[in-house]
Amino acid sequence: MTIRHAITVEINGRTFQSEVEGRRLLCDYIREDVGLYGTHVGCEHGVCGACTILWDDQPVRSCLAFAIQADGAKLFTVEGLAPAANELHPLQQAFTDVHALQCGFCTPGILMTLLALLKHNKNPTSDAIRESLSGNLCRCTGYHNILTAAQLAAERMAD
Amino acid sequence: MKPPPFEYYAPSTLDEALRLLRDLGPDARPLAGGQSLVPMMNFRLVRPRYVIDLNRIPNFGYVRLNSDVLQIGAMTRHREVEHSEVIKNQWPLLAEVMKHVAHVQIRSRGTIGGSLSHADPSAELPAAIAALEGTLILRSHSGTRRLRPHEYFMGALTTAAEPDELLVEIQLPTLPAGTSAAFDELSRRRGDFAIVGVATVVKCNAVAEITFARLTFTGVGEKYFRAHDAEEYLVGRKATSSVIAEAARMATSTLDPPSDIHASSNYRRQTAEVVAERVMARAIGQQGVMV
Repeated sequence: MTIRHAITVEINGRTFQSEVEGRRLLCDYIREDVGLYGTHVGCEHGVCGACTILWDDQPVRSCLAFAIQADGAKLFTVEGLAPAANELHPLQQAFTDVHALQCGFCTPGILMTLLALLKHNKNPTSDAIRESLSGNLCRCTGYHNILTAAQLAAERMAD
Repeated sequence: MKPPPFEYYAPSTLDEALRLLRDLGPDARPLAGGQSLVPMMNFRLVRPRYVIDLNRIPNFGYVRLNSDVLQIGAMTRHREVEHSEVIKNQWPLLAEVMKHVAHVQIRSRGTIGGSLSHADPSAELPAAIAALEGTLILRSHSGTRRLRPHEYFMGALTTAAEPDELLVEIQLPTLPAGTSAAFDELSRRRGDFAIVGVATVVKCNAVAEITFARLTFTGVGEKYFRAHDAEEYLVGRKATSSVIAEAARMATSTLDPPSDIHASSNYRRQTAEVVAERVMARAIGQQGVMV
């Protein structure tokens, strides 16, 4: 018989209670159990970075943790970024302004990675942004516009 | 691409975890940061029947200086090691190495104990701990063992830890005053496992003679390699480019690294020599000696 564990997780300020199998991956819990499909699942072995979320303010791969481990944790996903239905977060706005995405599959993970970077480094160098993004794969853009968008967002957020 | 079912345990004390390891036997796997174990489970390369999650054990992650020994708890996240002020100041080799350990998202969650337990032949940390002559503290329900790196690392993904033992702490002795250190690696992309990596710690005296030398490699075999011959050769000699080149040649001439899709054995060996020269020149440069 499958054993299910009761967990309580805060995501984007809302509290969710679920019962999960021990083997339920955190990314699958967020998507399938909570219904937040913004977190994308790419490689499922910690290489592509598409599933990056914030866990207690730190960027983590949600495919490399079990949902049960997040019991009691505060998570943040791409759905929490926009302050209102008709207003984008400066990072999102910068991405649209400079065409930093094409298919968009990798974008949520990249936004979460950059959000974590900009939280503790208000004025990151180009090298710091590149270093931070080394764990996120994008197959469309060639990264150049992502870098530009990150710099633009940092400038706007500093204003 | 989903992990197979397992029974999940989340002990709240180390003693409870050690009891579980004893009682559940070799079908149990401790789960630290999960950055290697979970992908292996997702691929179903490993199928532990029991998973013992160490993340609920309080005070299992720490960096503290106890007289002249640095103690790092096994569950200390890579990020915490990377940003520790005491490590930056007194064990700069380790701080530099951490920047090469995977990516920021992995370092948020991955732990020093997990990486050293996984013992990947291309991992940076074993070479760093060997260069710093660290001690690995293993505990089981029945006792404690203290192992040196050459006793602990046995081969690819293999350590001397028994199934009921857990790596609980890493200890680093203080280095002689005035040493400098450098690490570098060649990898296909930033954050990838190293094709080869080299760590060094050196010290020169006022007349530019080398008085202290450590030189270790990763990615060149089943486990890290410490170049004792090259270290002995360096000590007492003037820090010159030809001495460094000879030390790098000595260290790598007998290596027989594996060939794989990323690099041939010969390429790895030659690259190891080049990277060794570079890191030694950089560390010696920090001593104010230009080579």
